[in-house]
Amino acid sequence: MTTASSADHPTRRDFLYVATGAVAAVGAAATVWPLVSQMNPDASTIAAGAPIEVDLTPIAEGQDIKVFWRGKPIYISHRTKKQIEAAQNVPVASLPDPQPDSARVKAGHDQWLVVVGICTHLGCIPIAHEGAYDGFFCPCHGSVYDTSGRIRQGPAPSNLPVPPYTFVSDTKIQIG
Amino acid sequence: MSGPSDFQPTNPALKWIERRLPIMGLMHSSFVVYPTPRNLNYWWTFGAILSLMLGVQILTGVILAMHYTPHADLAFKSVELIVRDVNYGWLLRNIHACGASMFFFAVYIHMFRGLYYGSYKEPREVLWILGVIIYLLMMATGFMGYVLPWGQMSFWGATVITNLFSAVPYFGESIVTLLWGGYSVGNPTLNRFFSLHYLLPFVIAGVVVLHVWALHVAGQNNPAGVEAKTEKDTVPFTPYATIKDAFGVSCFLLFFAWFIFYMPNYLGDPENYIPANPAVTPAHIVPEWYYLPFYAILRSIPNKLAGVVAMFGAIVVLAFLPWLDNARTRSSKYRPLAKQFFWMFVVVCIGLGYLGAQPPEGIYVIVGRILTALYFAYFLILLPLLSQIEKPRPVPNSIADDVLAKSGGKSATMASAAIALLVAGGLLLGGADGARAAEGGPKPPAQKWSFSGPVGTFDRGALQRGLKVYKEVCSSCHGLSFVAFRNLAEPGGPGYSVAQAAAFASDYKVKDGPNDAGDMFERPGRPADYFPSPFPNEQAARAANGGAAPPDLSLITKARSYGRGFPLFLIDFFTQYQEQGPDYVAALLQGYEDNAPAGFTLPEGSYYNKYFPGHAIKMPKPLNDGQVTYDDGSPATVAQYSKDVTTFLMWTAEPHMEARKALGLQVFVFLILLTILLYFTKKKVWANAH
Ligand code: FES
Repeated sequence: MTTASSADHPTRRDFLYVATGAVAAVGAAATVWPLVSQMNPDASTIAAGAPIEVDLTPIAEGQDIKVFWRGKPIYISHRTKKQIEAAQNVPVASLPDPQPDSARVKAGHDQWLVVVGICTHLGCIPIAHEGAYDGFFCPCHGSVYDTSGRIRQGPAPSNLPVPPYTFVSDTKIQIG
Repeated sequence: MSGPSDFQPTNPALKWIERRLPIMGLMHSSFVVYPTPRNLNYWWTFGAILSLMLGVQILTGVILAMHYTPHADLAFKSVELIVRDVNYGWLLRNIHACGASMFFFAVYIHMFRGLYYGSYKEPREVLWILGVIIYLLMMATGFMGYVLPWGQMSFWGATVITNLFSAVPYFGESIVTLLWGGYSVGNPTLNRFFSLHYLLPFVIAGVVVLHVWALHVAGQNNPAGVEAKTEKDTVPFTPYATIKDAFGVSCFLLFFAWFIFYMPNYLGDPENYIPANPAVTPAHIVPEWYYLPFYAILRSIPNKLAGVVAMFGAIVVLAFLPWLDNARTRSSKYRPLAKQFFWMFVVVCIGLGYLGAQPPEGIYVIVGRILTALYFAYFLILLPLLSQIEKPRPVPNSIADDVLAKSGGKSATMASAAIALLVAGGLLLGGADGARAAEGGPKPPAQKWSFSGPVGTFDRGALQRGLKVYKEVCSSCHGLSFVAFRNLAEPGGPGYSVAQAAAFASDYKVKDGPNDAGDMFERPGRPADYFPSPFPNEQAARAANGGAAPPDLSLITKARSYGRGFPLFLIDFFTQYQEQGPDYVAALLQGYEDNAPAGFTLPEGSYYNKYFPGHAIKMPKPLNDGQVTYDDGSPATVAQYSKDVTTFLMWTAEPHMEARKALGLQVFVFLILLTILLYFTKKKVWANAH
C-alpha cells in the first residue's frame, strides 16, 4: 500500500487516510462491546443470585439436603463420625487433587460438608452416599468422590468445589 | 456480478480456493473495480445507508430476541426488563425501535430519488420492481415488529390492520381468523408475528441481493440519466463510491444517534407504554408515521372494500411505474414539467401523511379525498400524459460532459435537500402529535426539570423526596411493579447505598413460597424484590376504586402525553423537549378544583381536574399541603410534592436516562470527528478523479 519513500516521510495524505481508518476502527471496536456485553447475566439475574440462608436443624446426622444457589445444586451433608474420620485419615499426598479435609470444612463445624454438586468432569450431578468411598458417585462417566467431596477415581480432574459460605449461627449458614 | 473478473490472488492458498469458488473475484468485480458513474450525487448514498440499516436491524433484532419473551402475558414485561436490566439493553432497544423509522426514512428518500431521476426506466424495470417488493416486505416486517412490545398501540394496531383483510369478499372472515389463530388478536397472533418478524428480514436480505445483482447488470442510473459509455464516464467503485458512501453513512448516523440518545420516544406513541388491554381501545389509533399516507388513503374512501383496495393499490401502482411513464428522458432535471409535478407529488405524499395522523372528521376528510385523488392522478393520468406532451430539454452527450458543465448547481441541491429533510422531519412527528393536539383543553404548563436537555440529570434530593411521597401517599392505590428495591441503589437513581436499599426493602412484606410444606408465606423484602402492588389483581383494584383501576406508575410519565401542536412539535425536535409526560403528571396532581365550572355536570364519584382529558377523574385529590413531612427543609406544599414525585416517576420510567445521555455525548463527539475525517478523506480521494 505505502511505498518505501512514503513510509519514511509520511505525506499529509497518508496521515489523513491512516487517521480516518484508525478512528473508524476504534468506533467499530467500541460498537462491539455492548453487543457482547449484553450476553452477560442481566441485573435481575445477578440480584437473584444474592446470598441465601439455610437452616441446618432439620438435617439429621448421616443425611444431606440439596439447595439451589445461582441455579447450582449445593449439597449440605451432615457427616457421621465415621465419615469425618475417613475424610481426615487419608494421606493427602496420595490424592489426585490433594487437599486436607480441614481446608474443605469450616473449623469447628467438621460435621458439615457444603459442596457444589456439579461433577468437575463435565457437569453432571453426582449422587450422594454412593460409590466406594461413601461420598458421591457420578453416574455419567463414573467419577467417585469421598466424604470430603474430593475426587478419588474416574475422569474428573478436581475436587467438588466448596461454595463461599459462612456460619451465621451454629445451625444456620449463609451461602454466597 | 458484472461478468468474469480478471482478479487473481497471489497467495497460493487463496488461489486454490478461488479456482474452486471464485468468491474473491466476485467481490472484486462487484465492489472494487465495478464502474460507477462519475456524476452521482449524495442522494445515491442512500443505497449504502439502507444496506447498513438492514444490517443494524438484523443484528440488534437477533440480540433482542435473545431476551424477549413472545407471550401475551410476558411480552410487555420482557421488553421492560430488556431496557432496565440487560447490559446496554436500553441502547439496543432504542437502536432497533428508532432504526425502524430510520430505515423507512432512508427508503423513502431512496424511492423519491428513483422517481425523480427516472431510475425505473428501461433497462431497470426489474430492479425497480424488486425495490417495490422490498418495500412491501419492509412494511409487513415493520408492522409485525411494532406488535411485539404488546402495548396498547401494538394490540390495537394489530387488530385494525389484520381486520383490513376482512374486507375481502366471501373469505374475509376466514382469512382474518387464520391470521389471528383465534377469535381475536391474542397469544397465538403474537407468537406467529414474532416468528414472521424474525423471518422476513432475511427474506428482505435475499431480495436485496437480487436488487443489487440487477443493479450491477444494468449499471447505476445517474443524475444526468444518460448511460455510461466510455471509461471517462465512470470511476471504480473503490475507493471513489466507497468513501463517498462512508461519508454519507456517517452523516446519517449522526441523525440516527440524535434519536437513539436524545429523542428515543419522539417517534413512538406514549400509548404503547400501556400494556395491551383488549377491553379498552385508545382514543386515537395512529399507525407509525411511515404508514400514515396509506392510512389516510384508506380512511378517505367511505367503503370498506374500496378503501382497502385503494390502500394496497397505492403501493402496487409503483410497480407499474416503468410502463406508466413512457417519457424517453430519464432524469427530471431535463423535464421542466415533470420536475414541477414531482415536487407537487412530494407535497401530496407529505400532506397525506399529515392527514393520516388527524382525526377522521370534517375538513380533514375532504382534503384527504382530494389528496388521494391527486396521488393516483399523478401515476395514472399525469405521468402517461406528460410523456406525450412534454418537450424535454436536451440531455448532455455523456456523463463526462455533465460533470464538466456542472458549476453552480450545488447550493440549490443542498437547499432543496435541507427543505426536504425538514419537511420530512415534520411528517415524522406529525404522526404522533396530530390527533392529540386536536383534543383541546388547557395545556399543562411546561416546567423546568433538572433532567431535561442533552446533559440533564436527576436531582437526587427530588428523587428521594419523591420516593417518600410515593411511599406515603401514592402506594396505597398505585403499584410500581417494574421497579425493584435494588434499583434504589443503582447509579443514576436516588443515590442510596446498597445497605440503605436493603433496609428500605426489609420494611415491606413480600409474598413468597411455596415452602417445603407447600404453603405461601410472607417474609421481609429483599433488594431483588419488586415493589409490591397494593391490589392482588386488576379486578380487586377496580372494585376498590369505584370502577377505575389505578394505573401502575412505573411507566406513567412515558405513557402520558399531550399534543404540542404545530410548530412546537418541530421545534421540540431540535430543543430535545420531551417532557410532555412529566409536565402532564405534575399538572394533573395540581389541577384539582373544588367546584366544577358552571355548566359542567360532574358524574357521581368523580372529581374535577383541569388537565385530565374530559375533566372528570375518579381519583380524589391525592396531595394536600403539609401531608408529607420532608426532613431536608423543602417546602411541604402540593407544588413541591408534585414536582418531586413526578421526578421520581420519571426515574422509574427510565432508570438509565443518565447513562443514555452520557453515552450520547461520547458518541456524538466520536461521530463528529469521524464525519470530519471522512469528509476530508473523500475530498482527497476525489481530487484524483478530476
Ligand atoms: S460428568 Fe461426572 S463423570 Fe463425567
